[in-house]
Amino acid sequence: MKPLIDIKGVRHTYPTAGGPLPVLDGLDVTVQEGGFCAVVGPSGCGKSTLTRLVAGLMKPDEGEVWLHGELVKSPRSTVGMAFQNPVLLEWRSILKNVMLPLEIVPGGLKGRAAEERARYLLALVGLEGFEDKRPSELSGGMRQRASLCRALVHQPDVLILDEPFGALDAFTREDLWLTMHDVKAKEPFTAILITHDLREAIFLGDQVVVLSGRPARTQYVMDVHRAGTPTLEDLYTPEAAERLNILRRQIEIAQGRAA
Amino acid sequence: MMRKILVPLFAMAIFLLLWEGLVWVNDWPNYKMASPSDLWPAYQRYWELFLVMGWQTLWRTVVGLLLAIVVGTGVGMIMGFSRTMRDALYPLLVGFNAIPKATVVPIVALMFVGAHDFNTVLIAFMISFFPIAVSVSIGLSTLEPEYRDILRSLGASQTTIFWKIALPKTLPEFFGALKVAVTLAFIGTNLMEIVSPHGRGLGALFDSGKTNSDYPLMFAVLIALALLGIVLYYIVVALEKIFAGWAERQPS
Repeated sequence: MKPLIDIKGVRHTYPTAGGPLPVLDGLDVTVQEGGFCAVVGPSGCGKSTLTRLVAGLMKPDEGEVWLHGELVKSPRSTVGMAFQNPVLLEWRSILKNVMLPLEIVPGGLKGRAAEERARYLLALVGLEGFEDKRPSELSGGMRQRASLCRALVHQPDVLILDEPFGALDAFTREDLWLTMHDVKAKEPFTAILITHDLREAIFLGDQVVVLSGRPARTQYVMDVHRAGTPTLEDLYTPEAAERLNILRRQIEIAQGRAA
Repeated sequence: MMRKILVPLFAMAIFLLLWEGLVWVNDWPNYKMASPSDLWPAYQRYWELFLVMGWQTLWRTVVGLLLAIVVGTGVGMIMGFSRTMRDALYPLLVGFNAIPKATVVPIVALMFVGAHDFNTVLIAFMISFFPIAVSVSIGLSTLEPEYRDILRSLGASQTTIFWKIALPKTLPEFFGALKVAVTLAFIGTNLMEIVSPHGRGLGALFDSGKTNSDYPLMFAVLIALALLGIVLYYIVVALEKIFAGWAERQPS
């Protein structure tokens, strides 16, 4: 099978006032079509830079980012993004917020078809009945659900999730993990998820990539094999404990390099 | 709705009563302080003048304000999008704003002597454009990068980002500044109307009251100015409700 996302030997350095700051140094990540890649690593190790590279918002100094067999040089309308900050537009209803990408992407659905698509997604994440509300009337978890719909509405090849659940309380976060699996079952996507939460990484990801401390390189890759849709109980099995333990040790190593 | 109109009217009535009472208790002559009951005859006698002069003051203020909106938004956009331009223009703008406009009025009056309308509009513009420029530039420069990224990752152009996100997101700040600018523009118009010889507008009417020792007329002009100010202010509030009503949180 051909990989959908292929990041090869990426190096990147930011110029700063205090001299050049290398953030990525030998990053390799491969995600198959339909795969879900969770990326974990110490704080400030360049994880967000990774998302900007995949989105085509910036170019790496060295190395290549391939999407769907094409070299990424500039932004492409085939990605969907969701951040820790849901950045919904306060002056639009939830429905209109979700429809935003369709107004921009060339060949996006228009009119009734666009609205139906948005309504369908909102229903899928449990926001039926909230279409006409303003973002300020929704809770943090609901806003994040809406943000997820917006990221998916134009049927992107790749979903880029930059700590989308990071600011939510633990129970809401678990709810959203389950929602992610529901959505993925009905609206298949390939995703790359940046997270600080190891449980989130093994619950959502079928592949967990551990980055080293800055400058980040791919330090460790774990394949999470699972049969069918997981339940939250699966996080409390000895198998899950062992995986978490391995990842925990890898993070410690990564932090050691950062120090 | 009734409550929204009746409560302020009631407050105004109380204010007028207190004013009348204060003058009456102290037995002030009207050259010291005219009372509301002195104002009514003044309005009756000069109502035509009030209409003509009031209209002149109003249109010149509005034109000055519109100019301030256009130029202020333009300068604000330049400073909001470019760091270099912001660093370059900010000190200039602050310095310009720090000059008391009362000192600029005679200069402008001399520079364009006789051009009453132009002078007045110019001062109204000069005094009111600063808050607009600052608010627009701050609104644009504090746009969270994620908003840009969401649209840029979809291949949106800078123009699209401006119309879809930057502009609407700046509207609440813009209207906040416009409320300040409205009252400032009135100050500018009147400064010019009072200072410039053979002026027009309510400022000139005030000045003629002064020359003729018609004190009730002077107070009547002040109240007329206040009324115009209130009307213009609430027009801005109505526009804000239409275009930036979303920024108002529902009381929960």
